[in-house]
Amino acid sequence: MQAYIIRRVLALIPTLIFASLIVFITVRLIPGDIIDLMLSSNDIGADKKSREQLEAALGLDQPVVTQYFRWVGAILFEGSLGKSLWQNTPVMEEILHRLPITFELGIMALIVALVVGIPIGVYSAVAQDTVGDYVTRSFAILALALPGFWIGTLVMVFPSIWWGWSPEVKFTPFSQDPLKNLAQMAIPALILGKAFSAVTMRLTRTMMLEVMRQDYIRTALAKGLAPRTTIIRHALRNALIPVVTLVGLQAPVLFGGAVIMEQIFVIPGMGLLLLEAVGQRDYPIITGVFLIVGVAVVFINLLVDLSYGLLDPKVRYR
Amino acid sequence: MVAVAETTVPPPRRKPAAGTLYFIGRLFRDKPLGAFGFVICAIFLFCGIFADVLAPYGYNQISPINRLKPPSEKFWLGTDNLGRDMLSRCLYGAQLSVIIGLSAAALATVVSVFIGIVSGYLGGKFDMVMQRFVDAWMSFPDLIILIVVVSVVGPGMGPVIIILGLLYGIAGSRIIRGAVLSVRENAYVHAAQSTGASLPRILWRHILPNVMAPVIVLFTTRVGAVILAESGLAFLGLGVPPPAPTWGGMLSGSGRSFMYLAPWLALAPGLCITIVVYAINVFGDALRDLLDPRMRGSR
Repeated sequence: MQAYIIRRVLALIPTLIFASLIVFITVRLIPGDIIDLMLSSNDIGADKKSREQLEAALGLDQPVVTQYFRWVGAILFEGSLGKSLWQNTPVMEEILHRLPITFELGIMALIVALVVGIPIGVYSAVAQDTVGDYVTRSFAILALALPGFWIGTLVMVFPSIWWGWSPEVKFTPFSQDPLKNLAQMAIPALILGKAFSAVTMRLTRTMMLEVMRQDYIRTALAKGLAPRTTIIRHALRNALIPVVTLVGLQAPVLFGGAVIMEQIFVIPGMGLLLLEAVGQRDYPIITGVFLIVGVAVVFINLLVDLSYGLLDPKVRYR
Repeated sequence: MVAVAETTVPPPRRKPAAGTLYFIGRLFRDKPLGAFGFVICAIFLFCGIFADVLAPYGYNQISPINRLKPPSEKFWLGTDNLGRDMLSRCLYGAQLSVIIGLSAAALATVVSVFIGIVSGYLGGKFDMVMQRFVDAWMSFPDLIILIVVVSVVGPGMGPVIIILGLLYGIAGSRIIRGAVLSVRENAYVHAAQSTGASLPRILWRHILPNVMAPVIVLFTTRVGAVILAESGLAFLGLGVPPPAPTWGGMLSGSGRSFMYLAPWLALAPGLCITIVVYAINVFGDALRDLLDPRMRGSR
């Protein structure tokens, strides 16, 4: 297990280097001249700063290679992602403030996905090729096609027209009033978890069908074990191992969906921070959010792989 | 013996059209849901191509006296806050979705095929470095890459197509690479290598034709993913800028505050996205089952 962990952690290094390059190149090299754009379109505060000040603030007065190493160095040795262009607050501080909110939304969506997806997936596999199986599978594909932002819009509009009720848009932090916070996060989490539960259901079904065909299931049934016990104790436990990897695969999807949910339901997480920064062309914040989200996904995948090693001995000794 | 060999007539090649017809027949017989998706996709394509003819009004034809009219005989899907006909806007929206969906998915497929074939066939260090890059790339949420890049290059049809194409192209290269890894070891590939065929020739004549099944499936599913991503981006105000009638854009922006007065504004564009993406997905699933049994059950 130790060797497995070491191997997996070492494999992280090239991925992180590439991730930092992707962020750096996308944000810093594509814009022919962001400064011109900022000055010409009269961004807030742009008139108060001169071209030189802006260039220095973005680090554009240095050669590209120096820029990259200074940026990475500041992150590694000072834990700094620079300062917001207009508010002058440290970007890292702002992100650490917002990250837990997005994580909360993501974890709630994950719970929705597992609670809805796994039982339906098992049912669909056990009832393979029956009407129930077709109906649930069709619903799963439908859930994948329904855009979250549309459902979010409908939830905002229709209850308000019919019953004069609309979701709370003034955010209550968890630390202030946990119950109120959870109630507020429930709707966006349900919508965010919708597509994820469809994916979970489909994978659970596929894996259950595969496991149910194994010899040890036939043995369990042949020795007279109740079908329910066989399904839950013998089949499901083995079928669920690949479902764990879904969490890693779906983590970026959840982050992406969270941006839209935060926008619709005015939840001050990473997504809203990014959209606000995009509106103000606050590049240090944009870069920071972009990098942190990528790194978070890389680490979530590391955790997934490590827990996979714990769950499945075959992985450990490979 | 030689004379016999010369007179042997090669078996007639099956015409591609017959193959397509046969395939559609199989689709309707074995995969009713997929056939349903196929029909909807065809209708969607038709609406997109002939939007100019089908739409009763222009997509930006403002008519102040007809503001916020509910669905009626004159305006089948009602009008928006500027008096623009929603049906016409949805039809022109289909046109935009067809253009963006097909071109971005085509670009994505080309990128996937290029990276997947080269990386999978060459293997070794090149493959390893490439795969670490793909790993890193896939750690970033699609929507966040889109938002960041659009914030840098500015919104517009061209940028959206190129970014979506690259985005899904790099991610999809994994699937093609996987297929190449198994094709690479076939005897005919070794035979081509030993006769001294050049690398481009092997890739083009021997590898590519044998990974066409996953390529076609990838392209189909990508069209749906692209349409969904584009509408999300437009919803955030970062897609093709207004007054272009994107389905996502119609659900956001200035019309949003009028939805409480005119709920039909919230329904039609969302339904369009859902139906089209649903149809493409079920058609893609059926296509995968028929063309590429190895990928069955995966996503």
